[in-house]
Amino acid sequence: MTLLAVEGLTKRFGGVLAAKSVSFALDEGEMLAIIGPNGAGKSTTFNMVGGQLRPDGGSVMLAGKDVTGLPSRALCRMGVGRTFQVAQTFLSFSVLGNVQMALLAHHGQTRQLLSDAAVMHRDAALALLDRVGMAAQAGRPIGELAYGDVKRVELAIALAAAPRLLLMDEPTAGMAPSERTALMALVAGIARAERIGVLFTEHDMDAVFAHADRILVLVRGEIIARGSPEEVRADPEVQRVYLGHSGTRAAGRARRPVHG
Amino acid sequence: MEWSFLLVQALSGLASASSLFVIASGLTIVFGVTRIVNFAHGSFYMLGAYLAVTIVPWLLEFDRSPTLFFVGVLASALVVGLLGVAMEMLLLRRIYRVPELFQLLATFGVVLIVQDLVQLAWGPMDIPGPRAPGLRHGVTILDQRFPAYELFLIVVGPAVLALLWLLMHRTRFGVLIRAATQDREMVGALGVNQAMLFTGTLFLGAALAGLGGALQIPRISANAHMDLSVITEAFVVTVIGGMGSVPGAFIAALLIGLLQAFGVLIFPKITLVLVFLLMAAVLVVKPWGLLGRPEAAAGRAVLPEGILDPGRMDWAGKVLAVVALAVMLALPLIDAYAVKVGTEVLIFALAAVSLNFLVGNGGIVSFGHAAYFGLGAYGAGLLVVKAGLPMEPALIAAPIAGGLAAALFGFFVVRLSGIYLAMLTMAFAQIAYAVVFQWVEVTGGDNGLVGVWPSHWAASREVYHYLTAVLTLAAIVFLRRVIHAPFGATLRAARDSAQRADAIGIDVRMHRWLGFTLAGAAAGLAGGLYAFSKGSIDPTLLGIPMSVDFLSMILLGGIQSVLGPVAGAAAFHSLKDFFLPLTDHWRLLLGLSIIAMVLVFPRGLAGAFASLRRRPA
Amino acid sequence: MTRITLPRRALGAAALATLARPAFAQATPIRIGELNSYSRMAAFAVPYRNAMQLAQDAVNAAGGVMGGRPMELVFRDDGSTPGDAVRVAEELLTRENVAFLAGTFLSNVGLAVADFANQRKRLFLATEPLTDAITMAQGNRYTFRVRPGTYMQTKMLIEAIRGKTAKRWAIVAPNYEYGQSAAANFKRMLGDAIPGAEIVAEQFPALGRVDAGATVGALAQSRPDGIFNVLFGPDLTAFVREGNTRGLFERRTVVSLLTGEPEYLIPLGDETPEGWIVTGYAPDQIDAPPAHKAFIEAYKARFNDTPRLGSLLGYVTVQIIANLLNKANTLETEALVNALAGLATDTIVGGVSMRALDHQGTLGTWVGETTLSRGKGTMKNARYADGANYMFSETEVRAARPPA
Repeated sequence: MTLLAVEGLTKRFGGVLAAKSVSFALDEGEMLAIIGPNGAGKSTTFNMVGGQLRPDGGSVMLAGKDVTGLPSRALCRMGVGRTFQVAQTFLSFSVLGNVQMALLAHHGQTRQLLSDAAVMHRDAALALLDRVGMAAQAGRPIGELAYGDVKRVELAIALAAAPRLLLMDEPTAGMAPSERTALMALVAGIARAERIGVLFTEHDMDAVFAHADRILVLVRGEIIARGSPEEVRADPEVQRVYLGHSGTRAAGRARRPVHG
Repeated sequence: MEWSFLLVQALSGLASASSLFVIASGLTIVFGVTRIVNFAHGSFYMLGAYLAVTIVPWLLEFDRSPTLFFVGVLASALVVGLLGVAMEMLLLRRIYRVPELFQLLATFGVVLIVQDLVQLAWGPMDIPGPRAPGLRHGVTILDQRFPAYELFLIVVGPAVLALLWLLMHRTRFGVLIRAATQDREMVGALGVNQAMLFTGTLFLGAALAGLGGALQIPRISANAHMDLSVITEAFVVTVIGGMGSVPGAFIAALLIGLLQAFGVLIFPKITLVLVFLLMAAVLVVKPWGLLGRPEAAAGRAVLPEGILDPGRMDWAGKVLAVVALAVMLALPLIDAYAVKVGTEVLIFALAAVSLNFLVGNGGIVSFGHAAYFGLGAYGAGLLVVKAGLPMEPALIAAPIAGGLAAALFGFFVVRLSGIYLAMLTMAFAQIAYAVVFQWVEVTGGDNGLVGVWPSHWAASREVYHYLTAVLTLAAIVFLRRVIHAPFGATLRAARDSAQRADAIGIDVRMHRWLGFTLAGAAAGLAGGLYAFSKGSIDPTLLGIPMSVDFLSMILLGGIQSVLGPVAGAAAFHSLKDFFLPLTDHWRLLLGLSIIAMVLVFPRGLAGAFASLRRRPA
Repeated sequence: MTRITLPRRALGAAALATLARPAFAQATPIRIGELNSYSRMAAFAVPYRNAMQLAQDAVNAAGGVMGGRPMELVFRDDGSTPGDAVRVAEELLTRENVAFLAGTFLSNVGLAVADFANQRKRLFLATEPLTDAITMAQGNRYTFRVRPGTYMQTKMLIEAIRGKTAKRWAIVAPNYEYGQSAAANFKRMLGDAIPGAEIVAEQFPALGRVDAGATVGALAQSRPDGIFNVLFGPDLTAFVREGNTRGLFERRTVVSLLTGEPEYLIPLGDETPEGWIVTGYAPDQIDAPPAHKAFIEAYKARFNDTPRLGSLLGYVTVQIIANLLNKANTLETEALVNALAGLATDTIVGGVSMRALDHQGTLGTWVGETTLSRGKGTMKNARYADGANYMFSETEVRAARPPA
C-alpha cells in the first residue's frame, strides 16, 4: 500500500531551481534512497517532505492525506519520524532521558506541571533502547557517547512516536565504516519487521546499494533515474552523470554481502 | 510648516544620527567579533568625553586652532582605545570561555567601576567642554540658523562609515574582522592569532566610542550619567541594524535620528518610548534586524549553558536547604533589620528562580525580567491604592498581572532566539517602563504610588516575613517541581535542540510561550510581595538596573543549578546591603565584586559548591 | 582655621569644639538618620552633607542640644531608588537607633520614605525633594519638607514676570514628574500674571537625553515671545549651547527654574545666557545677613569651595533640627511632630517656620537674572523671595491634603 506519495514538488531559492517537479511514491516497509551529487536537491526535497521547508509547488500525501507544508511537529503526530544529517539529540539529557522525552511528546504529556518526568515511560524507553542495542548505555549522558551510538539513540527517539514513515537524512554521515553497515542493517531490520517506510538520502553507496529497495537519482533538482538498485546501477545516464567508475564499483561490491 | 524649518529639523536629526552611528558602530563591531554584549561601551563613550574636556582645553591654551581641537579629540579617542585594550587583556581575555551572560555581567561590573572612578578623578560636577574653534558660529540656511559644528557632525558619520569600509575591505585586520563576524570558528581554523584579533577589535570599538564621546563636548557637558543614557540607544541602533553589521547600524542610526527630530514635533511627550517601539516593531517583522543574519545554529557538541539533568537533591544539598530555611525562619531572633533584609532576600530569590526557569532551564535569556516583577507590583499596588482592596486579593492579582504581561510580550518574544530575543525582552521592558512612567493619572508617573501596606494582621515585620516565606518558598518549590516535570523537561529539550523537539512533535513556540508566562507570573508574585514590603511602587521596579540585578543573582548563584539562584539572590543582596552604608563608592566595590565573582566562580556559587564537593578530601 | 577674615564666632566655635568634646563623653549623642543620594547625585548631595557637618559641629561646639547632648547625623546612601531607600531607612531606625529621619533628593525616593515614616509613625524631615505631592496629595502627619517645592519656585518666577509683554510662551521641561508639574503650574498661573498670554509649544525631552537640536528647532518654530525652561544639568547645558548658536534666546524673555543654583550655573561656564529670570543662589552676589556671610566664609575655609544651594539647605536643616530638639526636649515621635508643626527657627537666611497646615517650610530662595561675569555664570539683581509668600493657599491645601 502506498504510504507516501510525492507529486511535482518544486522549490526555488532566488533564481535557482533546487527541486523541479519531483515525484515519487513509497510503500509501507519499503526503503527508498535518494542519491545524487552535492547540490542536487536531495536535502531540499527531503526537507520539503519532512516539513522543514515549504514547497513552492506540488503536494505530499501521507497515507492518502494531504500533508503538504505541514510543520515537522504535525507530521510527527501523523506518524513521521525523522533523523538528521548531524544527529539532533537533547545534549543535557541522559540517553534514557532522550527517549523518555520523545515518549512524553508522543503521549501529549509535555504540559504536565507536577508529575516526575524522570520516572515516566522508563520501561518503554528502555525497550526502545534495547531495540537499537543501546540499553546498556541508558544511564549515560548522551554527550559522552560515540557518534555512531548517538545515531542509534536518535533512531530510538524517532521510533518512540511509533512512526509509519521514517525520514533519514544521511543516516551514516560522520560514522566509521563498520558502524555504518551495522546501523543500516538495524534500520532495515526494523523497517521490514514493523512495515515502516523509510526514505533516506545517502552519500555512502555501499549503504545505498546494500539496503535500498528502490533508488531515486536526483541531479540538479530533477530525477534522472529511478528503480531497483540493479536498474539504477545499469543505467548508463546515471553512470555518466553521477556514479562514475568508483561509484559503479561500489554499487557492484555492495550487493555481494547481502546476496552472496 | 515651512520647508526651511523641515529641512533644518532634518539636519538636526542627521547630526544626532551621525553621532549615534559613531558610537554604535564600535559596539556592533565588538559584538560581531567577540559576541560580547559590551555594556561598558557607554563607559568608553563617557571616558572619551571626560578625557576630551581635559585634553582639548589644555591644547587650546597653546593655540586656539581647529587643528589642535581635533588633535585633542582624536587623542582622547586613542586613549580610550587603549583603555579598551586594557579591558580586553585584563578581563575579557579571561572570560571568553565562560557563558555569554557572564561576560555581559562582567562588562556591567566595569560600568559600575568606571562610574565611580570618573567621579573620583573628575569630581561630581558636570564639566563643560570648549566649543570647536572655527565652528562656533551658526550658519544661516534658508533664513534658519543652524550650528556649523552640527553640519560638521553630519559629515563625520558617513566619513567614519567610509573609513570603516576601507578598513574592512582593504586591510588584513579588517578582513579578519569580517571573517570572524561571519564565522568565528573559521578564524580559529585559519590559524589566526585570536587574542591579537580580539585585542585589536576592542581597541577599535573603544576608540570609536571614545571618539563619539569626545565629539560631543562642544554640545554637552561631560557628566556622570552619560554612559547609561547612551548605551541603551546604542544597543537599539545595533539591534535594529542587525548585530555585527556596520552599514545596518548606519541605517538604524539615521532612522532613529530622523524619527526623534520629527517625532518631537508630533508627539512631544513620547520621547521615552519612541526608539523602543521602533526596535520592537523591527524585531517583530525582521527578527535579525535590518541587515543582520540569523545566528548559526549551535554547534553539534556544545553542551548548553544552563540546567543540565536536574537530578535529585543529594544529602549535602538537603542539609544546606534545611540550614538556609532554619536561618530564614530564625531571623527575628537577630533583629528587626535582619528580618527586613531576609524578607527581601526571599522575594528576590523567587524572582531569580523564576528568571532562571527561563534562562537556565529554557535557554530564553530575558534582559527584561524586571518588567514582570514590576507589573506584578503595580497590579497589586493599584488594587490597593486605587480600588481600595486589601492585601489578600492584591497578592492574588500580582501573579496574574505579571503573567498576563508576560503572555502578551512573550507571544512576540518566543519567535526569536539568542541575543535578539534578549534585546526584544529589553525593548518590551522599556516600553512597559515608559508606560508606567508616563501614565501619570493611573500609575502616579515616576513618583509612583504610596500606601501599599499589608493588611493589619500582617503589618508587623515578623508576620510579613513569615507570610513572604510561605508564599515565596511555595512558589520556588513549585517551580522546582515544574523543572522536574515533563513541562520543564520539554523546555530543556527545546533549548538543547529546537529541531529535534519539533521533530518529536513538540510545539516549541507554544511551550516557550507558556514557560515565559509562568515565569512572568512567578516574578509578578515576587513583585507584589515586594510592593507590600516597601509600601510603595514606582517605575524603578521595572527598570534595566533591576533586570541586571536579577541576572547578577542567577549568574552569581549558577544558572546550571535549580536552586543556585536562591543562593545568588542571598549573596548579591547581602553584598549590596553590606556596601551601601559603607561608603559613597559602593558602586566601585560592587563592580569589583561582580568581576571577582565572574573570575573566581565562573559557574556561580552552586558550581563552586559542586566542584568543591567533587574534589577528593 | 586661622584666617583673619574668619568671624569671631566661628573661631570661638572651633575652640569650643575642642574643649567641649570631653564633656560629651558622658552624654549620649542624639542620632539623626540622614539618607541621600550621595553616590549618584554627588554634585548635589556632597556639598549638602559638607554643610550639615559644618552645622553639626557648630551646634555641638555651642553646647549641643537638649541640655548639653551632642547631636550626631548618621549619613547613609539611599541607593537612589525607593526600594533601597526604604530599607536604608529601616536600618537607620532599627540598627542605628536614630531619633528620626531626614534627607532624600529624588522625589520618588522622598515620597516612598515619607509613606514609610507614616506607616512606622516616625518623623521624616524631607529636605531636597521638590515634588508638591509630598506636602499635598501624599502629605502625612509625620512628614515635613524644608526646601521650597516646585509650585513655590514656579510662583516666584511667575511673580517676576508679572506685567511683562510677552504673550506667546513655549515650555520645555524634562519628561518626568518634576518637569510636568512645573509646566502645569506655569500654565495654570501664567494667565494671572500676564493676561491674554498663551502657550504655543511644549517640549518634553527625556530626562538626561535631550535631543537639543530637535528640541530647539521645534521651540523656535512656534515663534514664542517667552520661554519657560525646566531643564537642568546636562540637558540644560546642551539646550543652552544649541539655543545660543541658533539664536533661540535672542529678544525673548526666558524664565528658568533652578538655573541660578550654582549646581547648574557653574557647568554652564561661559555659555551662561544673559538675562534669564531664574531661581537660585549666588553666595557671592547676594546681600546676605551676617550669619549667612559667616556661613559662606566658614564653608569656603573648611572645604575650599563655594557653598552650593544644597549646602545652604543642609545648614538650615541642621539649624531647624537643633531648634526642634531643644523645643521638644524629648525624642518621642509624637512630641517631636507636634513641636515641629509651626516651629519657627532663626536660621542663617532669617526666620523659617514649618507651616502646621501642610508641613511645608517657609524657606525661600533667590530670584534674579543670570549674567556672565569673568567667564563664569552668576546671578545679578538677586533678591530673597521668602517662601512664606509663595505657599499653597489654605483652601488648596485642604482640598489636596488627606485629612490627618
